[in-house]
Amino acid sequence: MLALQGAFASHAEMLGEAGATPIEVRTAGELAEADALVMPGGESTTMSMLLDIAELRAPLAGRLADGMPVFGTCAGMILLAVNVLDGRSDQRSLGAIDLDVRRNGYGRQVDSFETDLVVDGLEGTFPGIFIRSPVVERIGPDVEVVAEVEGRPVLCRQGNVLVASFHPELAGDARIHRRFLESAFASDAA
Amino acid sequence: MVKRGLAEMLKGGVIMDVVDARQARIAEDAGATAVMALERVPSDIRRDGGVARMSDPEMIEAIKEAVTIPVMAKARIGHFAEAQILEALGVDYVDESEVLTPADEAHHIDKWAFTVPFVCGATNLGEALRRISEGACLIRSKGEAGTGNIVEAVRHLRSILGDLRRITQADSAELFDWAKRLQSPLPLVQEVAETGRLPVPMFCAGGIATPADASLVMQLGAEAVFVGSGIFKSDDPAPRARAIVEATTNFADPTLLAKVSRGLGDAMPGLEIDTLETRLADRGW
Repeated sequence: MLALQGAFASHAEMLGEAGATPIEVRTAGELAEADALVMPGGESTTMSMLLDIAELRAPLAGRLADGMPVFGTCAGMILLAVNVLDGRSDQRSLGAIDLDVRRNGYGRQVDSFETDLVVDGLEGTFPGIFIRSPVVERIGPDVEVVAEVEGRPVLCRQGNVLVASFHPELAGDARIHRRFLESAFASDAA
Repeated sequence: MVKRGLAEMLKGGVIMDVVDARQARIAEDAGATAVMALERVPSDIRRDGGVARMSDPEMIEAIKEAVTIPVMAKARIGHFAEAQILEALGVDYVDESEVLTPADEAHHIDKWAFTVPFVCGATNLGEALRRISEGACLIRSKGEAGTGNIVEAVRHLRSILGDLRRITQADSAELFDWAKRLQSPLPLVQEVAETGRLPVPMFCAGGIATPADASLVMQLGAEAVFVGSGIFKSDDPAPRARAIVEATTNFADPTLLAKVSRGLGDAMPGLEIDTLETRLADRGW
């Protein structure tokens, strides 16, 4: 997991449960050791600044271009999107998935909510925890919507990039993490 | 979980005290994960004396407008009307704080009655569990605000984390005695004895003035830091703020800490704990 800031410890628990060996990535050297990357929720402004300070942005962009599987949640989704609306003017994203997202699009903390999600390919429902979450405003033609809430996409995939506007790492349910790992390893074998 | 979740997102970050929109922008530029809006930083409250209250809503609104990161604000201990106003203003977190003058000498706010999440200070495990039983979603060790002296923060962190380690060794009969000594609800005592950690995140506050201070408390087991007077009472706030952010992320990397600690100018002037007229950490019951 990218361990600059945010909920990376909860992701580590879920990844462990899903059968992976999580490592904390704060430097380019640590990034080189990772087979796949989870970019956690947190504050995207903070993480974006720390990516630059740690000189991680260029190596990360390189790995993403090479097709490293990546799973971004909330702030991680913001960092991976092509366009960020209502962000800071100097906020730069990695453009790995063809989405426009609106930062804090669902409102402030008092507007945060929990709802049961229907996720393509998962039985029953999945607890969707939305905390000052981004809203997806536009999806590119190659982006597959895996789950949505009231017509707005909340879980999307494009190639090896998976993004969620909610927090599966807080749900106590590792199924989405397991699916991310399965597809990551499947594409390794291909 | 929705209420607790925001604290999860703030982990590994720095929450900075700010008194106006200009300081809030400096904090956000430096990589703060959130700002705490208040009228005077703790060191000024300490110097000026008088009753310290919730901030003017106009000032809180201006700070909310100025930044994209979460905005927290302080209410007096037990002053649920101030907390209701802060919730109506749409602040992202309420700090029921000993830094302000307490409004109730026996009762804290019933935090379950609110949608907005609360952070509360604690000096020991019992105090932390009492605040959690009242509905706090985040605990910060209190330290001694406005002193620039880390010694109290270390004492409180060590007390909470040390007792968490000790309580996991207790057998089921001993937990009744632990609950009695901690003056905390038995089910919570049993839960932390089982898990070895608080059911909510624990951050550190009170006296952090340097990148090394941030590293120290993170290594001791804090999950994020609050910096009050330490930034805007120093010589050159912006670089110090950024250095503390970097130090909090890379708290276990002394080479990097040496790099970011260089050339920051003077830290805020510190105070000896023994010379203080008012110990803010003693407020809270």
